[in-house]
Amino acid sequence: MNKINRRSFIKIAGAATAASAIGFPMIAAAAGKKQVVIVGGGTAGATAAKYIRRADASVEVTLIEPNKNYYTCFMSNEVLGGERKLDSLKFGYDGLRKHGVTVVHDTVTAIDAKGQKVTTQGGKSFSYDRCIVAPGISFVDNIEGYDAAAAAMEKMPHAWKAGPQTALLRKQLEAMADGGTVLIAPPPNPFRCPPGPYERACQIASYLKANKPKSKILILDKKDKFSKQGLFTQAWDRHYKGMIDWVKAADTGGGVMRVDARTGKVFTEFDEYTPAVANIIPAQVAGSIAKVAGLTDDSGWCPVTGKTFESTIHKGIHVIGDAAIQAPLPKSGYAANSEAKVVAAAVVDLVNGREPGTPSWVNTCYSIVAPNDGISVAMVYNLVDGKVAKVAGSGGLTPMDSSPEERAREVQYAYSWFNNITSDIFG
Amino acid sequence: MSARKTLAVLLGSGLLLGTAQLSAAPTASMLADTCAGCHGTDGASTGPATPSLAGMSEVYMVDSMKAFKSGERYSTIMGRIAKGYSEEEFKLMASVFAKQPVATTSQKTDATKVAAGEKLFGKNCEKCHDEKGGLADDDAGILYSQWLPYLQYTMEDYKAGSREMPKKMKKKVDKLSDAEIEALLQFFASQQ
Repeated sequence: MNKINRRSFIKIAGAATAASAIGFPMIAAAAGKKQVVIVGGGTAGATAAKYIRRADASVEVTLIEPNKNYYTCFMSNEVLGGERKLDSLKFGYDGLRKHGVTVVHDTVTAIDAKGQKVTTQGGKSFSYDRCIVAPGISFVDNIEGYDAAAAAMEKMPHAWKAGPQTALLRKQLEAMADGGTVLIAPPPNPFRCPPGPYERACQIASYLKANKPKSKILILDKKDKFSKQGLFTQAWDRHYKGMIDWVKAADTGGGVMRVDARTGKVFTEFDEYTPAVANIIPAQVAGSIAKVAGLTDDSGWCPVTGKTFESTIHKGIHVIGDAAIQAPLPKSGYAANSEAKVVAAAVVDLVNGREPGTPSWVNTCYSIVAPNDGISVAMVYNLVDGKVAKVAGSGGLTPMDSSPEERAREVQYAYSWFNNITSDIFG
Repeated sequence: MSARKTLAVLLGSGLLLGTAQLSAAPTASMLADTCAGCHGTDGASTGPATPSLAGMSEVYMVDSMKAFKSGERYSTIMGRIAKGYSEEEFKLMASVFAKQPVATTSQKTDATKVAAGEKLFGKNCEKCHDEKGGLADDDAGILYSQWLPYLQYTMEDYKAGSREMPKKMKKKVDKLSDAEIEALLQFFASQQ
């Protein structure tokens, strides 16, 4: 009769602790395992979940993500070019489950930083010792008539979150007649995947060149310069001469201002266009839960510390991936994966009462500009005076004068990067 | 890598001596984990071209990274990244990969070439690339089950002079035809 089972022992121990150390706040945590809740199962969130479990299997990790599958945004331009099927970008969460991550398919509706609790649409509530928020991006209505929640998205797909939007844009490209114009409207800074719109122009041009050679691509930018500009301009001239016209923001009074989804018309301040296909990519901010949880500042993105990416607004919550203000790290897949590992190590240290170690990050970003022509940019980052900094002398771009053989290798390394990073995230 | 393993690595390499400078160095796993995006988790690459680092000897990896950094060894991208690290950091990274078992890949290879390669291997390569190119103690690159495009790029670079061959290797390679070299590479790639 005097047998004490584990649960009643914990209760007794808890009561004793409460009686002897009044005000000790974490009785439940002292009795149980450390809890980490991760909001969002994209590149950053999924990587963090896996790497926390690898570092300390005693930490319980719950990852909350609405979708059963994730489509990587990276390499999705190859789907538009016809080089790749959408299914090759699709990843599930069984790999994370094998690492002991509890994956919950639900939508987070609130994060209570004071109560250290996450609640979901499904009515569930999850307590945490540390919370990691990785919600990616959401869109801003910066273009009149292009309401991200409305029908315009179906007429003029952004395809900036991969999946159905990617399939839709590809379908429109397949359906267009030869001789039409594909209009691409890249977003203003900062945005996910800075070289993405310009690689997209290459991939679409590659498809058009082979199938609809009289067609053109018009890029009406919200910026006056862009990532890897010299290399992209070289590729356009080399592979798609006369097909791609890039117009900087200064020449149109700020790029695309308004669209009419019903008529298919696109407007800048002075001109109107009737493209065969319109790819409108709106301005971006952190994924919507970040704002709901009060993690964003006036910029719409989440301010964080350099060392552990802990929110400077709410203690105990770390924001990683595209949603964080992480510059000089870019909003790229590699950076999200790299940030996630640094934060995973920091969170394991913090829940175990240790001071987090010194971080180290890398970014590598490939763009495939033609079937055998790849370019890249890379950089190593460290922590200087509490902030993320580029390591002087490291990184840089593919040289402008690299040979066709070198460019072909970069394509093979780009595919290797895709295979390796996706298995590092989801495998 | 677990925290305990990391600690073991640091103790083993004599890095926990408590000086201020060392307390600021990232851990070995912190550094090595940044490689995974291109070289696979724990250095086991899923291919098709980026080489696996798993099981590579520390000496070989540190030498390679130094050569990438200085430009002495040609690369498309590795040299740009190598410029971001110190030799001490290369040693830390290398200590992680040296502890991993050599990775096994499953690649399409040509059985006739593999058989021809096996014969050539015994005569030409085995002394320095023992256990079919999988023995780290040789302080040579891991060739066992290595990705074929990477092996091919490497031989192209050796022949073009953009990477210097060890003298003993050059003597052997100079006597082999392109077809024989291809057979050897297929032999290494086919190992499972």
